[in-house]
Amino acid sequence: MSGTLLQLDVQGPAAPPRSNGELVFAAPWESRAFGMAMALHDGGLFEWEEFRQELIRAVSRAEAAGGEFSYYRCWLEALQTVLDRRGLVEVAAVESLAEELACRPSGHDHSHSSPPEPEVPAGTPA
Amino acid sequence: MSPVPAPSDLPVELRTEALESILVEKGLVDPAVLDKFIKTYAEDVGPLNGAKVVARAWTDPEYKERLLEDGTSAIAEMGFKGPQGECIVVLENTATVHHLVVCTLCSCYPWPVLGLPPSWYKDPAYRSRAVREPRALLGEFGLHLGPEVEIKVYDSSSEVRYMVLPQRPAGTEGLSEEELVPLVTREAMTGVAQAKSPA
Repeated sequence: MSGTLLQLDVQGPAAPPRSNGELVFAAPWESRAFGMAMALHDGGLFEWEEFRQELIRAVSRAEAAGGEFSYYRCWLEALQTVLDRRGLVEVAAVESLAEELACRPSGHDHSHSSPPEPEVPAGTPA
Repeated sequence: MSPVPAPSDLPVELRTEALESILVEKGLVDPAVLDKFIKTYAEDVGPLNGAKVVARAWTDPEYKERLLEDGTSAIAEMGFKGPQGECIVVLENTATVHHLVVCTLCSCYPWPVLGLPPSWYKDPAYRSRAVREPRALLGEFGLHLGPEVEIKVYDSSSEVRYMVLPQRPAGTEGLSEEELVPLVTREAMTGVAQAKSPA
C-alpha cells in the first residue's frame, strides 16, 4: 500500500471535492484525526481491518447513545482504542496531556514551543 | 478485547492535538507524512476521478465491459488506486434498475474514485433509511423513481466498496468524454441522484 497514493490523479481543478458539494473536513481536528490513522496504517502499525472493526463499534455506540453524531469523533475513539491495545499510546496518556493543553494560557500559539513533557506518565492521573 | 476508552469531557480538538503530540514525540508519526495524507485527500483525490471513469465507460464500450467485469482493475488502469480501493465493484444503473450505495456499519466508501465521504453519507439517518425505505429517501434527495424502476441497495462489506455507473443522460450523444465528465456528480456515483443533464 505504501506509496500508492503518489500515483493518484493530482491533475484537474484545484479543489475537486468542493466542486461536487462540500468540504471534506468540517474542522481542522477532523483532518488531523484522519491523517494520523492514515499515516500510522501506512507505517505498518496496524491493519486497516482492525481499525475498521473498532470504528464500527464506535459508530454503533455513538448511535446508541444518541445526541449529535460525529463521524470523526468515532474515528478518533477507534484510533485511540487500537493504539492503546497495541501498547503504542495509552488512552490515559492522551487524556492527561489533553487536560494539560486545556490549561494553557490563552494566546498560546499552537507551536508547542513550551518544553514538551519528557515522558507522559502513562496511566497517571494529571 | 481492551476496554472502551472512558468518555471524556475534554474537547475533541484537545484530545486530537494531544494524541498527535504524543505520536510525534514517540517517533510513530512524521508530521510531514500526516500533512501529505491530509492534503492528498482534501485537495487531490475526489469525485473527479470517478467522473472520469464514468465518462470513459459511457464513450468506450470495451472499457465499460471491463469496468463492470472487474472494477478494481479497470479503475486502476486509469491510475486511481489506494486505500479503500482494493476491491471496487461497479453497479450499472439502467432504465429499470437503480442502485443505491450505503455502508450501514462504518461508512466505507471507495476513496480512490470518490474521495472521502460527504456528511450525509455518514449520517445515521442515511445509513438506516437507505436500507429500510430507499424510495422515500431518494425522494428527499429529489430523485423520484417510477414504480417500474427496481431499487437495489448495496451495503458495503469489509472487502467490497461499491460505485454506481449512472445512466448516460439523454441529449449527450454529441458530447466528448471530456465534456461528459462535469455531468457526473458524487451523488450520481452513490445512487442518490442521476447524472446531470447538459446545460
